[in-house]
Formats: sequence, C-alpha cells, structure tokens
Amino acid sequence: MQFFGGTEISPVSAGVNGVGEQRPHDQDHKLMFGLLFSLKSLTAKMDPTTPDKANLGVPQLPGQGCSFHSFRTNTYKLTFMESPSGIKIILVTHPRTGDLRESLKYIYNLYVEYVVKNPLYTPGTPIRCELFNTTLDQYVRSIS
Amino acid sequence: MPPVGPRSGDAIFANVERVNAELFTLTYGAIVRQLLTDLEEVEEVNKQLDQMGYNIGIRLIDEFLAKSNVSRCVDFKETAEVIAKIGFKMFLGVTASVTNWDADGTCCSIVLEDNPLVDFVELPDTCQGLYYCNILSGVVRGALEMVSMKTEISWIRDMLRGDDAFELQVKLLKQVPEEYPYKDDE
Repeated sequence: MQFFGGTEISPVSAGVNGVGEQRPHDQDHKLMFGLLFSLKSLTAKMDPTTPDKANLGVPQLPGQGCSFHSFRTNTYKLTFMESPSGIKIILVTHPRTGDLRESLKYIYNLYVEYVVKNPLYTPGTPIRCELFNTTLDQYVRSIS
Repeated sequence: MPPVGPRSGDAIFANVERVNAELFTLTYGAIVRQLLTDLEEVEEVNKQLDQMGYNIGIRLIDEFLAKSNVSRCVDFKETAEVIAKIGFKMFLGVTASVTNWDADGTCCSIVLEDNPLVDFVELPDTCQGLYYCNILSGVVRGALEMVSMKTEISWIRDMLRGDDAFELQVKLLKQVPEEYPYKDDE
C-alpha cells in the first residue's frame, strides 16, 4: 500500500474554491491515511446490515465491509474514493458542495490516462507528471 | 445517485482506441524474437515474458477498474468470471471461459479458444520449451496482486504445442488485506 502524491502535487491540494489549505509537512500523509483507514474501519463496524463484523482496526480486504464517501465539517467537506486496487482519491472542498463522487471517478480516469499510462512513471512513487497536473487543475477549476 | 453497474466487455471494447490487430500480433512477435536472441535460453525468455506481463498487469488493473466500473467481487469465482468475460474482451477482444473449479473454489482454468497473439506463429524445434504467451499469465498475476490476491499461474494447454485451446490455470494462494504502512515510532 502506498500513499501517492507530494504536498504540492497531490490531488488533496486541488481543493475546489481554494479551500484545501496545505501544511507542507510529511506528517499529513500519515495523518490522512490513518484517518481514512480508521474511519473506514469504524463505518464497517457500525454497519447495521451485516451481522458478522471484524474487530475495529482489523485490516479489511478490498470490497469487504462498507465504505464511506464523504464527511462534512463546518468549514470543509472531504469526499473520498478508493479503487479496489487501493488508489485513494480525496477532494477537500467548500462544505456546501454537492455530491462529488462522479468527479472522483473522472479524476480516477485522468489518473489512468496520464499517470498509469506514462511509461516513465514508476508505480508507487509520488506523481510528477506535468500533463496530469495541468489536466487535473483544469478539470477541478471547471467543476467549481 | 443510482449505482452504475459494471459495463460489459463488448461495450468497453467498442469504445476504446484500438490498434490494427496484425500490427499488435507482429509487434509482440518481434519482442519475443528479440528476447530469444538476447537471452538465448528459452527458460529465461519465459521468465522475462512473465515479468514484462507482471509490469503491465500492475498498471493495467487501474485502467480496467476505471473503465469497467467493476467495484467488488464477492468471491474468487466472480473474479475469475470478470477476468474471462470482461478483462480479456476489453484488452484482447476475445472472450474466455472459466472451467475446472476445484472443490474449495481457489483454483480454476481460464480457457481461450482464440488468441490474437499467436496468429502466424509456429514454434520451431529449437524453442519447444517456450511459453509464447507467457506475458498473459504475467498480466493476470500482476493485476490480481494489485487487488490483494496472490496467485500462481501456469499453462495447462497451449495451441502452439498441439493442444486444442489455451488453458491458463489460476490458483489463489492468499488474499492480503490492506495494512497501515507506517510504523508507530516514525
């Protein structure tokens, strides 16, 4: 499992309406991963529809349990998508933005076209593809 | 938002950009030919093809997931069906079938009647040990590894060796859950 993206280039920094403020700190990656990991575990634990549940914090297989797609605070909204291959995409936006799940799918497609298909990109390393950054930037601006 | 179901292999195949089939076949042939010249040993070529396939597979899985809308498979049986019906159709334009399940559902065969890689190919006597399509097994192995499934893949039947179809045996070794990748004291 790998956390993609440096602070200046990760999709996290591309907040709609410019809300996604970044602290230039490596700890953010760990913090974000830990948050998503725990929140996923918690939501699966809370799920009233499945009788057999793993203990809190026990790692899950992809597709196992359930998954959350966003949470909202009074200052921002975080929308989250995880592909079965473990790619996690996060958008931090204004709290009043609507459903962004389609946008996340679109961004996943951009990732496939511009990052995965780039022969010079080594899977599992921070993304440094100029074309991806500009296209993503354009797209994010277009949905705001 | 209504959930979007998985798209069929045919639908995706019809929508993606394709290259001329002959160009594809001949390019693959040229790669194998060059590997044979460079590595000399047939065994080494098999290994190299598998490795190349693996490298393709770990990237290809994301394209597959993004374009097919397949979200989760309940079990390995469904996974095998999805590979055969959607995966092979989407990337090679052929449909495969899944057979020969073992009792506990962890080992099966994917059978390809038609394989665009081997048009025009005949194995000469010097290359009898060559698994010409070994790249395919690598692709499947790499792609499954990215969705947490460790597999072992071997060829059971090979048309270039006189069999009536290509049969790829896929054996699920274990499923690895996602783990917290950082150490506590870091």
